[in-house]
Amino acid sequence: MSATQVLFWFLSVLAIFSAIMMVASKNPIHSVLWLIIVFFAISGHYVLLNAQFLAIVNLIVYAGAIMVLFLFVIMLMNLNADTEPQKNKWLKMAGVIAGGALLLVFVAALKNADLKNQLVQTNSGEIGLINNLGLSLFHDYVVPFEVSSVLFLSAMVGAVVIAKKND
Amino acid sequence: MPINYYIFLSVALFCIGVAGVLTRRNAIIVFMCIELMLNAVNLLLVAFSKMHHAAIADANAGINGQVFVFFIMVVAAAEVSVGLAIIVMVFRKTHSVDVNFLNRLKH
Repeated sequence: MSATQVLFWFLSVLAIFSAIMMVASKNPIHSVLWLIIVFFAISGHYVLLNAQFLAIVNLIVYAGAIMVLFLFVIMLMNLNADTEPQKNKWLKMAGVIAGGALLLVFVAALKNADLKNQLVQTNSGEIGLINNLGLSLFHDYVVPFEVSSVLFLSAMVGAVVIAKKND
Repeated sequence: MPINYYIFLSVALFCIGVAGVLTRRNAIIVFMCIELMLNAVNLLLVAFSKMHHAAIADANAGINGQVFVFFIMVVAAAEVSVGLAIIVMVFRKTHSVDVNFLNRLKH
């Protein structure tokens, strides 16, 4: 087993375990911290796939900005395990069974797909580097890039207008 | 690495996100589970882009997938800011983040 495979299995187990803990933990702050670990594991996968730009963007945007925003909102509302609304256990069981059934359907559908020979290139390849991605972004995708800036502006105005105290 | 390992990892993360949306009542946790599902899809897109790159000789093959992931992250960031503003507003009105209170929106 090569180092890449060891890292792949380690990061996969870490991601799935942290995701389960995120859904299962009662305290919302613990949920946020477990989700940050999931994002770190997914960034590790991006590094393994040599998508370095996306790894850094994932860390900065998701683990850095978005999760800090979640943490601020949870702490602002003073949520903890005592105030956490709980579904009754039959509804919880139904939810877990529904998710498991979806997993079962996906696995059954993909189990026999002829994908064994389709290899993912790890540790090599230049497309994930910021040089190539930047060239593509500013040559072929200039218009979507500019439109996304308008989207950010409208999201910013919308967030301020919605969260403003109006009385 | 064969592609099916990445497919099964992403499917597992996505289904954990779906189970979380169905089992939790805290609106913020439901929102975080949606972020988890978005990230599972992003991981699969990057894996497919690298698979495409390995299969085709062109130097820039598969770069579209990674640009697409970048745009998904952009849209997710905008979505989170608006969504959290809505949750803060709901908390201010009802003093709770329980999604069961949202079944009567007009009050």
